[in-house]
Amino acid sequence: MNRKTLELWVGLFVAIGLLALAMLAFKVGNLTTADVLNSYRIKARFENIGGLKVKSAVTMAGVRIGRVSEVSFDSVRYQAVVTMDIDGRYKTIPTDTSATILTAGLLGEQYVGLEPGADEVYMKDGETIRLTQSALVLEKLIGQFLFNQAAGGDKGK
Amino acid sequence: MAQPQSDSVARDILVDIRDVHFSRGDRPILKGITLPIRRGSVTAIMGGSGCGKTTLLNLIGGQIKPNSGTIRVDGVSVPDLSTRELFELRKRMALLFQTGALFTDLTVFENVAFPIREHTRLPEPILRKVVLMKLETVGLRGARDLMPSELSGGMARRVALARAIAFEPLIIMYDEPFTGLDPISKGVIGKLIRELNQSLGITSIVVSHDVAETCSISDYAYLMGDGRVMGEGTPAEVQKTKSEHVRQFMDGLPDGPVPYQYPAAPYLEDLMRWNGR
Amino acid sequence: MERALETIARLGRTFLAAIERLGRATFFLYEVVIATRPLARRFFLVMQQVYAVGVLTLLIILVSGLFVGMVLGLQGYNTLVKFGSEQTLGLLVALSLVRELGPVVTALLFAGRAGSALTAEIGLMKATEQLAGMEMMAVNPITRVIAPRFLGGILAMPLLAALFSAIGVLGGHLVGVGLLGVDAGAFWSQMQGSVDFYDDIVNGVIKSVVFGVVCTWIAVFEGYDAVPTSEGVARATNRTVVYSSLSVLALDFILTALMLGEI
Repeated sequence: MNRKTLELWVGLFVAIGLLALAMLAFKVGNLTTADVLNSYRIKARFENIGGLKVKSAVTMAGVRIGRVSEVSFDSVRYQAVVTMDIDGRYKTIPTDTSATILTAGLLGEQYVGLEPGADEVYMKDGETIRLTQSALVLEKLIGQFLFNQAAGGDKGK
Repeated sequence: MAQPQSDSVARDILVDIRDVHFSRGDRPILKGITLPIRRGSVTAIMGGSGCGKTTLLNLIGGQIKPNSGTIRVDGVSVPDLSTRELFELRKRMALLFQTGALFTDLTVFENVAFPIREHTRLPEPILRKVVLMKLETVGLRGARDLMPSELSGGMARRVALARAIAFEPLIIMYDEPFTGLDPISKGVIGKLIRELNQSLGITSIVVSHDVAETCSISDYAYLMGDGRVMGEGTPAEVQKTKSEHVRQFMDGLPDGPVPYQYPAAPYLEDLMRWNGR
Repeated sequence: MERALETIARLGRTFLAAIERLGRATFFLYEVVIATRPLARRFFLVMQQVYAVGVLTLLIILVSGLFVGMVLGLQGYNTLVKFGSEQTLGLLVALSLVRELGPVVTALLFAGRAGSALTAEIGLMKATEQLAGMEMMAVNPITRVIAPRFLGGILAMPLLAALFSAIGVLGGHLVGVGLLGVDAGAFWSQMQGSVDFYDDIVNGVIKSVVFGVVCTWIAVFEGYDAVPTSEGVARATNRTVVYSSLSVLALDFILTALMLGEI
């Protein structure tokens, strides 16, 4: 085999190999969506975060705008502190925005959903969202439901 | 070490092997060999299979080190060289392997070009000329595009020879150059060894057990056996030696100092044993 | 009693021989790594080996990858559909391939196809005195023969593994979306939502690089260390496949544990 043909084959091989890597990175993986560019951080305190984890999504109107970068526990107030990286393109989040921990589907992953307020002042790096709603814990919910049923039954009599 | 010979004689000796001992594991192979080789000569080293001839070539080439004794090539002690110095020496030294040891994935042309490409940066047109000249020397210019698998045994050895003389070495060592060749190819190789020696002045060491062919081309012959030199002299002298050992080898007698029987327990006793192997 | 002692002694001998061989292999690796430096100027030698171990292994990798992906699609669908979550099929196929099957199966195929060929080639070069001949021509066979093959193997392996995973995902898509009717949008979006670039894809590539080093190292060492007879080369080739496969599987466990942070 002469040099030219060999170089051609190797070049082709390397090219499709790199193409496959690129496909894995962009089409299979989340290199495009996961990369939060020039992000800034905001925090939120929750009574209960359920199954929220680092790298969980942060969405607004259903669109992913950032991700959870840190979850910690405040031992004074017994609350969870969730730090979120928000994409630098979305700088206009009102200060009275509320954060809720939601679940994708009945058994799916949990994520932070932001509900915009009406304030004209926007959140800056390091600020904390005040209005939060904890995760729905299924067991609690069922317990509450049963309790209400029992209480309601009593009233009916 | 004191040099007993005068300087002119010492300079005349290109390869100086003095009292060399070598063993593989516990098995001694060379038991004190002294074997000077004169510059510009064709020296034959003959002996039966397994008597340490090839080991001797490996020692001269620095592939292995002796247990004791000195090996000097052109005045430098081979076992004491660093790898780099050894490689420098080997550029002036060639070893022709029994099989030729051609690179099976390269054409004849590329095989001959290999050492030149590795050690120099000759431009391609000049390289081509050099390679064709070498191939012409061995009469295989027309076979340049063949692969080694397409060559006969004699042709493969000629290509290997062309490759060996790429740098016009000081010494060429031939390891069993005649083994397994037809009479014509033997004649061709013999003629080439002689020609290269005469035209380029290359000192040649021919290791062989082919008595007739080797004697016909060599200036001086050593006969080895049992790790020692058993006889030496010009081929004519060796032919006439009375020594039993030399006679057995030269005349091809089946029994003699080299016994026909492999060492074993007495025959009858061995047959009468009931157990074991 | 004597037989028991002999057995124990044999065990000891085998163990010592194995350690000695490992030591030699390590020194050899060191020599090879040193010898890769001059190759920067002679990259064509490496390219030839990328061709030999990469391009020539391509077909078997692509075909295997496609089938593995298709089987994953079938099996995954049948399990997931019981929980009503066949939408996550893409995720299952992609994660299995990128994290585990891609690097591991590629390395196993590589050992069988390219590794054994490397060992046989080098072993035969040794048996026919080509390596010794090179040395007598003042050419270091480690630089000229071993190092290019070593580098070629290391360069080819991650590319082959990436190709395996990529075509496997396509195979899963073919079966899941084309045959079983999973929604194409869900297939891709579930996958993209949960396959992490660093945690999954980069780690997969790291694995395949490590496997590339180990498989090629074993292959070239076994060839270089082979007993130069036809039987010796056959045994060495056999050892290459066995040792490479075992090393890949064991290393895969260790690497996975390290990457998941469990140890």
